[in-house]
Formats: sequence, structure tokens, C-alpha cells
Amino acid sequence: MPTSLPNSIDDVQTLLKAADYVADRSLATVLYLSLKMGRPLFLEGEAGVGKTEIAKVLADQLDRPLIRLQCYEGLDVSSAVYEWNYARQMIEIRLAEATDSVDKDKLGSDIFSEKFLIKRPLLNALEDTGRGAPVLLIDELDRTDEPFEAYLLEILSDFQITIPELGTIAAKEAPIVIVTSNRTREIHDALKRRCLYHWVDYPDAEREKEIISRKLPGADKELSAQIVAFVQKLRADPALFKLPGIAESLDWTNALTELNVISLDPDVINDTLGVLLKYQDDIAKIQGSEAAELIAQINTELELSNDAAG
Amino acid sequence: MTPLDDRNEGTANNDGTFAENILHFARTLRKAGIPVGPGRVIEALKAVECAGLERRDDFYWTLHSVFVNRHDQWHLFDQAFHIFWKNPDILKKMMDMMLPTTFLDQVHSDQEEISKRLSQALAPSEAPGDHDDGGKEEIEINAELTTSNKELLQTKDFEDMSLEELELAKKAMKNLRLPIREVKTRRLQTDLRSGNIDMRRTLRAALRSGGGAIPLKYKSQVKRHPPLVVLCDISGSMSQYSRMLLHFLHALTNDRDRVHTFLFGTRLSNITRYMKYRDVDDALDAVSEKVEDWSGGTRIGSTVAEFNKNWSRRVLGQGAVVLFISDGLDRDEEHGLGTEMDRLHKSCRQLIWLNPLLRYEGFEPKARGIKAILPHVDIFRTVHNLQSLQDLSKLLSSPDKGHSVQGRFVA
Repeated sequence: MPTSLPNSIDDVQTLLKAADYVADRSLATVLYLSLKMGRPLFLEGEAGVGKTEIAKVLADQLDRPLIRLQCYEGLDVSSAVYEWNYARQMIEIRLAEATDSVDKDKLGSDIFSEKFLIKRPLLNALEDTGRGAPVLLIDELDRTDEPFEAYLLEILSDFQITIPELGTIAAKEAPIVIVTSNRTREIHDALKRRCLYHWVDYPDAEREKEIISRKLPGADKELSAQIVAFVQKLRADPALFKLPGIAESLDWTNALTELNVISLDPDVINDTLGVLLKYQDDIAKIQGSEAAELIAQINTELELSNDAAG
Repeated sequence: MTPLDDRNEGTANNDGTFAENILHFARTLRKAGIPVGPGRVIEALKAVECAGLERRDDFYWTLHSVFVNRHDQWHLFDQAFHIFWKNPDILKKMMDMMLPTTFLDQVHSDQEEISKRLSQALAPSEAPGDHDDGGKEEIEINAELTTSNKELLQTKDFEDMSLEELELAKKAMKNLRLPIREVKTRRLQTDLRSGNIDMRRTLRAALRSGGGAIPLKYKSQVKRHPPLVVLCDISGSMSQYSRMLLHFLHALTNDRDRVHTFLFGTRLSNITRYMKYRDVDDALDAVSEKVEDWSGGTRIGSTVAEFNKNWSRRVLGQGAVVLFISDGLDRDEEHGLGTEMDRLHKSCRQLIWLNPLLRYEGFEPKARGIKAILPHVDIFRTVHNLQSLQDLSKLLSSPDKGHSVQGRFVA
């Protein structure tokens, strides 16, 4: 039996925390609403802030299967929803001919029956899996084109799919739907209207520290404090083209721990900046004097706060 | 956490005033420009019922998840929320409209900078301020020139046109199309002659014919216009051209989907939404109301930087073509202009620079701004009369030359 759904916003927070996902109150609120009201949740935000992770954590914690649909340009019904098994259909027709019992109408309804249907993620998501309704993750919806978006409308509002040859297939129990977008284009309002919207922002310093300590318990405390302070400073820099996300801070912490670095210094930063920043312009901007300046600032700030605490 | 209001205790649905408050809040948002339909209000009531009212921040995010569906609406929502739910009595006053000044005073003292749209939405409705269009008067000076025939109109510089001629030119622009070469998408459509075999339709056809012969059915790739992004300079030196070009851009926007229009002078404004108004005059009125830096200076470097940072990832996906309309005369020259143009060029499929200065024979890129931009454009064209716009159409519909025409002069 799947774990029952959480009963309050606090429950959601505990549930996420149990899976080492440190969410702020706002995210817990919309997640709770989405579960309670049976509405799809539309998460938008920069890359690497943990949108996809939410669905994974949710599936894990609620003990439901996770069905993931990664969107891309040209994604169509036959790879997202269903496809007929043409090879088998051909054989069926041949067999029918061989036995000489060709009843056209019967053959027609026979070969377009569920037996010949290949189910793709969206159709799978409407089925009862024995572990309760699955978590359906529609990832990076902005990568697909408008026609596919329009196709999703029926699924997201009524949790049903219409197959012309078979009829309408409806879910007995609505799946938990999470839609994510990186905002490389605006998603149409019609689709957003069917969802609860939430913008996932970069975490503040406190939360980021907690995330790092939960995800990488082996990381040195002082080093992670420095890392968080450095990343937070980068996020405040208006000149950068692409800001580092949480995923990048985690990668960086991991990399530095692997390199046995105990404390950030300009040389280490210069050597490993590629983990944090992914554009050459950005790296060139930060590397060298700017990095040295930032790290000097951070060290004085950390010392001050340590003195205050001590 | 402060409780909201003593009236709001208990569940939401047995308290009529609470539902009414939500309704009025939704109306306020709608007036402020966030599209909130009646369906959303019902949704909001349901959501609030689920989430409860124990904590103010829960209530905030509950309403946020229902009423907001774009990140840029957040700011407006945030302000509206804090003003509205701080003192729901404001609402009464607002509805009575008996004491509009008291209400407004309160609003102003409450928050130092409330966005203009919001304070207009909260305030009792007034006749919107008249905006006079500075451009028209300017043109009227030339109004006594004689009418010219169509041919002359074609090659006449926009700057030299009379009011009447301008009107004619605007009409001609309405019919101009920009046939940017279509690109193949990965989506398939039914094709009668050739392409990949469409198994589904083939099988159905086979059944219909009894299975003896299998008539093959095909599907082929759909072609589609790439998105078009226009960055248009509205500084003093460009104003006459950009005003005319807006008509052209309006025709473009209404001709197809995925056209994004930005204006820049000293700052960057996205006017895509206004250009979608069907009527060109409505659209341009809305634009001139919205954009504040008409005919001022130019800061190309910093505005392009702003575009790169805030918009390029959102509108330049899927192989967009960028039309960059500017004379390249930058007030703060050299201010990272080269790098920013480079970044812009790398993010799009094709960068086309339209520069009215190019109409002068013997034009040479001497200004530093122009020199900085030039290495990063694929096509460099003039745009100062109808003929040049038509030529542009021809150029864009010719086979894709890609980057081989980089920086070429085509005057």
C-alpha cells in the first residue's frame, strides 16, 4: 500500500525533509495544495534549483512509481502517449487472410484493440499500478512545441486520453502531476490555468547551507560556509550571464572535498571555477582578481560573524 | 504570524465576507493587469479552504499559486497582497468610493513605492490621462508638400515624407510580409507524395482495401517560420524611422506567431503584448504610453546586455532570427558593446542589422559603436524607405546562406 498523502503543510515539510530535500514554506504550501486538490503543479525556475528533484522525492516518499516524460522538440503522440504495434498488426492481417476468414469489420476492431497498443509514459500514468496513482513528471515542458502543449490540456484537466480507435481512457485515480519549465519560452496560459503555479527561486544562505550539509554530510563545515557565501555573492552579481544553481554548489562542494581542499583560496577557485560557472565569459570575469577580492570579503565577513557568535 | 482579520477565523466557506474579500482581491489584481478570471476565484476559495488560515505566509503562497502564473507578475501580486490584506477595511472604503482620498492617502503612506499600475487599479476609476503623441506634431510641419505617386513613395526616405505620404507608406507597410525562410521542425504531417511511411494510416488503408494490396501513406517534416525577435532603437537619431517601422513590426506580429518585439533607448522595454493588439493605432498608443524613453539617448551596450541576461534564454530558443534595428550610435560607446553583441550573435540563428545610416553613399563604419557591432552580424542592410523593406523581404526568403555573409555590406 502506498503511503497516504500528507495532511498538512507541516506534514509536507517533514516528508520532504525526511528525503533530505530542504524546501521553504512556500514550496511546501503549493505542494500540499496540489496533493490535496488533485491539481497538477507547475514549477518554473532557473536550471539547477531542484524542480525535477521534487518529483523524485515525492515518488520516493509516497512510495509511488515515478513516470517521467522528458520533453523535446517534436515530441509527438506516438512517443509520449501510445503507438500501435504495426508489426503485430501486419501479422494479424496476414494470418486472417491465410485462414480465409476475412471479416473486414471484425478484423478492423480486432487489430485496433488494446492487445496491439504500446503504451507510452502519459498513458501509463493513467493506469493503476497497484501502488496507487503514480507521480507523473513532465520535465522541461518549454522544450517541446505548442501543439504538444495543447495535447496535454485534456490530460491535465480531466486525466483522460482519447484514442480515436479505442475511445477515451480515464484514470481511476488522478496521478500526481508535476510539470517543470526552465522558461526558455512562455508556456501558454491555457495550460498554466489548469495547474497551480510556483516559481522556484535560489535558496537563501541558511537553506543552502542546510542543503549541502544534508546532501554531503562528509563536507567540511567551514568550507561549505565559504562555498555558500561565495555562491551567494555570485548570484548577486548582475554581470554574470548564467548564475550557479544549487546543483552547481553541490557539485563544487563535492569536487573540493574530493580534492581535499580545507579552505577556499584564489588558486583553488581559479582551477575549479568550471564546476560552478558554465560560460567562458563568466569564468573569465570571475577568475583572478575578482575571485581573490570576493574570497577576501567572505573571510572577513565569516570572521566577524564567528567573533560575534563566540 | 499575525492572524489576518478576526472575521476570517473559522473555515472559509461559512463566512460570506471572506469569499467576498477574495473576490475583491481578485478584482484588484485584474485591474492591475494580472489576468484573473472567475474560475480562478473559485479555485482560490477551494485552495484557501484546503490550506487553512493559520499562517499569513501560507495564505500568501496559496493565493500566489492560484492567481499568479508568470514570474513577472509576482511583484505586482506581492504589493497588492500586502496592501490589500493589511487592512481589509480599505476595501469597504474603496467600494463606497465615498472617501477616495482617505483611501489613497493610506495607500501612499503605507508603501513608499507602489507600482503605478497597482495604485491606479486600487484607486477609484478616473478618466485615463490623455497622452499626446509628440511625433505627430513634428511631422505636421511638412504637411504642405504635394502628394506623390506610388513610385516616388517607394524610394523616398521616411525622414523626408510628408504627413500624407507617411500615411500612405503606413498603409503599404500593412501589406508587407517578411518571408523568413522556413526551417524544418521535428514534427511530422501527412504528405501525399513522399516522405516517411506513416504506418498508422497505411494500415488503416490496407484494411479498407481488404488487405490484398497495401497502399503506402506518407508523412513528412513540417516546416515552420523560426521565431523572430526584433530589437528596435528608439533614440532621438532614429525616432522617425522607428515610428514608421513600428507599423511594419505590427503587421509582422499579426501575420504569424512567435514574434517578440523590444524597444530600446536608454532602457529596454518588451512591447510584444501591445503589438498583438489587432488595431495598429491601439497598439501604438499602448506602446507610446508604456515606453518612456522615446527620442532620448541610446545606451546600446547596456540594453543589449539587459536583453541577453533577462530575455535571450526565454525568446531566442528554437533558432530565432534577430532583427537589430539601430544606427549604432551609442552614447556610452565601448561599454562592453562588442562582447554583448557577440553573446547575442551566438544565441540566435541569424543576426540581421538594419541601419538607416547605410543609405548614404560612401558610408563607412567610423563610429566606435558601429565598429563594435559590425563583426557580429550576419547581414547588414539599410532600412530607410519602402523599397529597402521590400528588398529585405526578398533577402530573407532566399536560401539560407547561414554565416557566410557575415558583416557583408548590402546597401
